[in-house]
Amino acid sequence: MSGDILELSAAQAIAAVQARELGAAELFAFYRERASRDAGADGEGLNCFTWVADGAPEDVDGPLAGVPLAVKDLFCTRDVPSQSGSRILEGYLPPYTATAVERLTGAGAALLAKTNQDEFAMGSSTENSAFGPTLNPWDRARVPGGSSGGSAAAVAAGLAPWALGTDTGGSIRQPAALCGIVGLKPTYGSVSRYGMIAFASSLDQAGPLTRDVTDAALLLGQMVGRDACDATSLQFPEPIEPPSAERLEGVRLGVPVELRGDVSDAGIEPGVRDAFERALALAEGLGATVVEVELPHAPHALSAYYVLAPSEASSNLARFDGVRYGFRAEDATDLLDMYTRTRHDGFGPEVKRRIMLGTYALSSGYYDAYYGRAQRVRTKLAEDFRTAFEAVDLILTPTSPGVAFGLGEKTADPWAMYLSDYFTVPMSLAGIPAISIPCGLSTDHAGSGPNDDGLPVGLQIAGPAFSENRLLDAAFAFEQALGFNEGAARV
Amino acid sequence: MSDAGAASAPAGNGAGARWEPVIGLEIHVQLATATKMFCGCALSFGEPPNTHTCPVCLGLPGSLPVANARAVHFGLMIGLALGSELAPRSIFHRKNYFYPDLPKGYQISQYDEPLCRGGTLGEVRIHRVHLEEDAAKLVHFGESGRIHGSEQSVVDFNRGGTPLAEIVTEPDLRTAEQAGEWLRLLRTTLRALGVSDVNMEEGSLRCDANISLRPAGSDTLGVKTELKNMNSFRFIERGIKAEIERQRALLDGGGQVVQETLHFDPTTRSASGAPGAISSLRSKEEAHDYRYFPEPDLLPVAIDEQMLADARATMSELPSDRAERLRRELSLSAESAQLLAFRSELADYFEAALAAGADPAPPAQALANWVGGDLSSRLGEGEDPADSRVQPRALAALVGLVAAKTISVGAARQVLDKLVADGGEPAAIVESEGLAAIGGGDELAAIVAAALAANADAAERVRSGNEKAIGPIIGAVMRETKGRADGGEVTRLVHEQLGI
Repeated sequence: MSGDILELSAAQAIAAVQARELGAAELFAFYRERASRDAGADGEGLNCFTWVADGAPEDVDGPLAGVPLAVKDLFCTRDVPSQSGSRILEGYLPPYTATAVERLTGAGAALLAKTNQDEFAMGSSTENSAFGPTLNPWDRARVPGGSSGGSAAAVAAGLAPWALGTDTGGSIRQPAALCGIVGLKPTYGSVSRYGMIAFASSLDQAGPLTRDVTDAALLLGQMVGRDACDATSLQFPEPIEPPSAERLEGVRLGVPVELRGDVSDAGIEPGVRDAFERALALAEGLGATVVEVELPHAPHALSAYYVLAPSEASSNLARFDGVRYGFRAEDATDLLDMYTRTRHDGFGPEVKRRIMLGTYALSSGYYDAYYGRAQRVRTKLAEDFRTAFEAVDLILTPTSPGVAFGLGEKTADPWAMYLSDYFTVPMSLAGIPAISIPCGLSTDHAGSGPNDDGLPVGLQIAGPAFSENRLLDAAFAFEQALGFNEGAARV
Repeated sequence: MSDAGAASAPAGNGAGARWEPVIGLEIHVQLATATKMFCGCALSFGEPPNTHTCPVCLGLPGSLPVANARAVHFGLMIGLALGSELAPRSIFHRKNYFYPDLPKGYQISQYDEPLCRGGTLGEVRIHRVHLEEDAAKLVHFGESGRIHGSEQSVVDFNRGGTPLAEIVTEPDLRTAEQAGEWLRLLRTTLRALGVSDVNMEEGSLRCDANISLRPAGSDTLGVKTELKNMNSFRFIERGIKAEIERQRALLDGGGQVVQETLHFDPTTRSASGAPGAISSLRSKEEAHDYRYFPEPDLLPVAIDEQMLADARATMSELPSDRAERLRRELSLSAESAQLLAFRSELADYFEAALAAGADPAPPAQALANWVGGDLSSRLGEGEDPADSRVQPRALAALVGLVAAKTISVGAARQVLDKLVADGGEPAAIVESEGLAAIGGGDELAAIVAAALAANADAAERVRSGNEKAIGPIIGAVMRETKGRADGGEVTRLVHEQLGI
């Protein structure tokens, strides 16, 4: 039933395994074969994976019924390569497994593969990887977004039923949007960060990348919860329920004026704006009210983010010094020379750029002007959201100002690359949950895509902290009404 | 951290000016928790290298710290003992610098919002107390003994992540001896709290000194240096002394002190030939910008009423309070009370002896004198009498025998020698050695008479009013009685027989 297996969502696959219509081993072998083929394609595949499992794990009891899971490279997996896309962790095999992965495998998920990513999750295109770029299955001349591009492309291409990613400023939502799948960044603290190779500690959050909203709820439900190993983790106040809403009756949706394409400096593409407007009209048709809200500090979010995230990164990445693990430069003349050359040769250019930015921002004499001020913006922005959520239940924006862009198109212009997270960064700074779901195709790009009818556009829905159930319900209602063909890009 | 030496140098003081040293101390105390500051590894006491480690204290990718509640509890106890202001909310910062003993590339410490601020101990004001993690231990192979020029350096992470309390004083100390004495008081206080082993040789108590000189009478601070690596009380006093002398010579010669970190090496000699050379510390030589920022992996330490109540409930009696109690309740002299209380092992021994139920019971002051004097002086420096062969009850019995004049002080000293060497019971030793006092009866009178006869010249001088001449007579009696005679009784008998 190979063709049929590929058509199954993760939830359907679980049901099939539990009904004994499908063997877990057969399911795993099916995806392992597909993932291996991509990994072994030697430049002919999408380059989604950094590692693929040899065989199925033995113990796959639990509610996830042995459904294979692809996991972003930066999650530490015991005795399995975990490099966060960086040369500096070449050959590194962690002695322990990240809590989020442990919870999922404990619930019966089978570790299928590790996925490609931007180095240390720094990037929006998965081009900054020691393993080379991942290609977008909708159009192989384009990027899948990033930094969780390997996870997003693998799910869109049907190389994995679902995947785990991380989101610091949009790294789940933006690649989900660019690959036409669902990606959810949970409330900060709801999923343990223990074992996630850190980029920016106060922002990093793990979340699901899935074919549909139901799968996202299912995977998230098994990940959340307080972890004694992560002091910033929190007990999720309620169980994550399977979404079921079909209407949006009485739901108040807010569209931030500061994030509307026509006023923001994000350079929103007309095709994206059209898809977004269609989604708003659809929402009203489902019974929702759509109003404008204000997030006065949102236009400063990206600037604040590019102070705070690099500041934390400059410190988080200090441990990669060649002393204990990973790559070490040969023939150093002394300690400083060893440090310098190891980090010079081990880190890629974007990582070095951010380490320098962060080091500068934290320097004595500059701290208040940069880090201090950025923190104040962050506080103000969180207040903006709280105020907005007094008037509306959820906030809608496009996930990214554009559709998947060409490989190499933005690598020479970091700011242009950073702008693709313009709509996702504010929610990260506020620590609130946000989901990206496909909301149609951008007709600007007719001629692209598997059927030449355009490239996917993402709709971002954000809610207050711990509103994941409401978020998932609304996303589900949209999903049912939109009828997006998420299977169009399967290989 | 302390402001011993804001950069303003005293101006216009030529050679011969009288300089006043200004000293502040920074003390690192390893806390005696079960586990490390930010992970569950047990603290290490000399186990094989790298056996007490985990992903967190090795700084492995993806690992996260979780603050040790017990260390916070100990920090609060220290703050309470020092009378500090306890911050209702304090935060951990990252102190960023590269060094192989620092696996994360930053030390988690506290910066502008420490756990405790202010306070006093003795005459010295406390600036602050904060919590942090210890670095790992580097071992260098090769002649230099340091990382520069070493053939190979290896890291033992057993110590890495051990909880530390850093106690910073205000620059209130003026001499090396005063610094040493104050540090002993701090050690006793911390030991009484039970928060640390406070052993300098094993590194659970470490002290750096900030030293500057200023013209006597001035109230501005001179340029300070920071002196490190003084791992015993003796070295601390010697190191501070050496640095004061170095600065004094520099200033007297018209030179200026350069703000730097110095290393005291007790095994070598300085240029002037004094033991203990001072050299500039080159291992972490760059002027660091530590780029402190709030540790995003940890929540602020919020102190609630329960935590404060718990800290108060586990506080034991502090040395200064104990001295006061010994003085008040037992009428000990202030000097005795402080001597015992500031060396808590002496006070512990004293109180155990007092409570041992010896009959006849020893007077408290006499017992204190014996514990702090004769017994201490017979033991090694700093040795705990509880570890000696002299049972507290035995000493109490001995002092009781002296008080009852059953034995003389001289005989008691001989008994104590025996007790220190072999242990045992004073009464039995007195019996077996024949040390019982020779009473006031005929036996002693006869011995005195014989002594007077044998020292007729001296006897004559005593009779004619030269009381000092009694010495040889008493000496002769003591020789004859092997010290068993009571000095007062002998004097009385001499006077009686000479008719004065």
